Amino acid sequence: MESRFRLFLLTATLLLSPLAQAADNKQPSPNPDAGQTEPFKQIIQQESVIQPDIKRRQVKESQIDTENFEVGVFVGLLSIEDFGTNSIIGARLAYHVTEDFFFEGTYALSEGGTTSADNFGPPLLSTSQREYTFYTAALGYNFLPGEAFLGRGLAFNTSLYLVAGIGNTEFGGENRFTAMFGAGYRLILKDWLAVHANARDHIFSIDITGQEKNAHNIEISLGLTYFF
Amino acid sequence: MRALYLSVLLCLYVGIATAEEAARNLVQVYDPYIEMHTGDGRGFPIFHVIDRNEWIEILLQRTDWFKVRTENGVEGWVARGQMLQTLNPDGAKVEIKEASQEDYINRKWENGILGGDFGGAYIITAYTGYHLTENISTEVSLSQVLGNLSSSVMLAFHLVHEPFPEWTVSPFFTLGTGIIDTTPRSSLALARDSRDNLTHWGLGARMHLTKRFLVRLNYNNYVVYTSRNNNEEFTEWKAGFAFFF
Repeated sequence: MESRFRLFLLTATLLLSPLAQAADNKQPSPNPDAGQTEPFKQIIQQESVIQPDIKRRQVKESQIDTENFEVGVFVGLLSIEDFGTNSIIGARLAYHVTEDFFFEGTYALSEGGTTSADNFGPPLLSTSQREYTFYTAALGYNFLPGEAFLGRGLAFNTSLYLVAGIGNTEFGGENRFTAMFGAGYRLILKDWLAVHANARDHIFSIDITGQEKNAHNIEISLGLTYFF
Repeated sequence: MRALYLSVLLCLYVGIATAEEAARNLVQVYDPYIEMHTGDGRGFPIFHVIDRNEWIEILLQRTDWFKVRTENGVEGWVARGQMLQTLNPDGAKVEIKEASQEDYINRKWENGILGGDFGGAYIITAYTGYHLTENISTEVSLSQVLGNLSSSVMLAFHLVHEPFPEWTVSPFFTLGTGIIDTTPRSSLALARDSRDNLTHWGLGARMHLTKRFLVRLNYNNYVVYTSRNNNEEFTEWKAGFAFFF
């Protein structure tokens, strides 16, 4: 009995083993990479074909992005001697020649108010004569460059600069030679963006109020400029 | 299918990466080290040192300073003198020149602002010049003359001859022609606006100060062909600054 049972088991094992092998072959492989090896190999091969092909181009000075020009707008207050204080709006263009010096051109508009004399008689100036426009060509000097910190993590490059220049002011219906000097503070927020604060004196000769004199017209302004 | 999709994506990525690489200005440090400053000026502190053979990317240039980024992503400013000691991928030195005396002599464009006296009135002039040769240049200038009796705008063309451009203080001679628009001051009710032609001769001197910067002094003698019986003569003195390319 025992030997017959042993024979049955042996026979069954022999018969089933090919089947089990066949079934084994059909089962998904326990190694997840086995089925995807080929495509990955291809990708790696492609990558290795392309990678050494990276070209570092020849650097010439002309290819480097230069940011020596600055263009922007400003708004502020202009105190026109004898004619009150009024708002001013203007545009500025600067070219930085060296780290110390820059050329600057400005153009701005404002308007004169009334004088105390206007309260007792006919107005000194007509509406169109009250218009105040000027341009200035100036040389700037970065007098105190430095850094400003906002908290622990932020630092901005800054410069306190001096400017002096000449230009023309049209006021009271006349063109007037104007000398300008002043100081400004430049805070560079980004490589391409700066904030400016300025205090300037515009001096010209004027005789509207009776006798010829040098009028000092003080401008304070805030502006934004774009480097390019 | 998935593999195909993956490989297409990878190809695209590698393609983009290669294009980005090509647009970047990468140079290799050749000096034992170069110093990175926190700002674009000699006084800003040095906060990082880049060693020899490291690759750096040039981001931008402002005057004589270059903003660079290291392989580790550190950004700072490097002076022109140190950027001269960097190599191109082929091993040749990067050509970053300082505007020299030779560049000054061979300059093509010159732009400047001058101020001074024109026959007793103030004058402000903006000019641009183009150098045809080392010795000969043409200039166009726009001036505003601001006097007690009138104000004028003058447009003039000049031919300039500079015989010794290599001299520290280099003299030049000019001949020119132009037009002048004169508006009398409003208090002079009888005078009228006028537009007249003019010619002039002059002499002057230039001096190269530093880099792209020069100073200039001018004397001119103008003859204005007025519609009245007599022509008018004016002498002009002016001085100013200019920069060149």
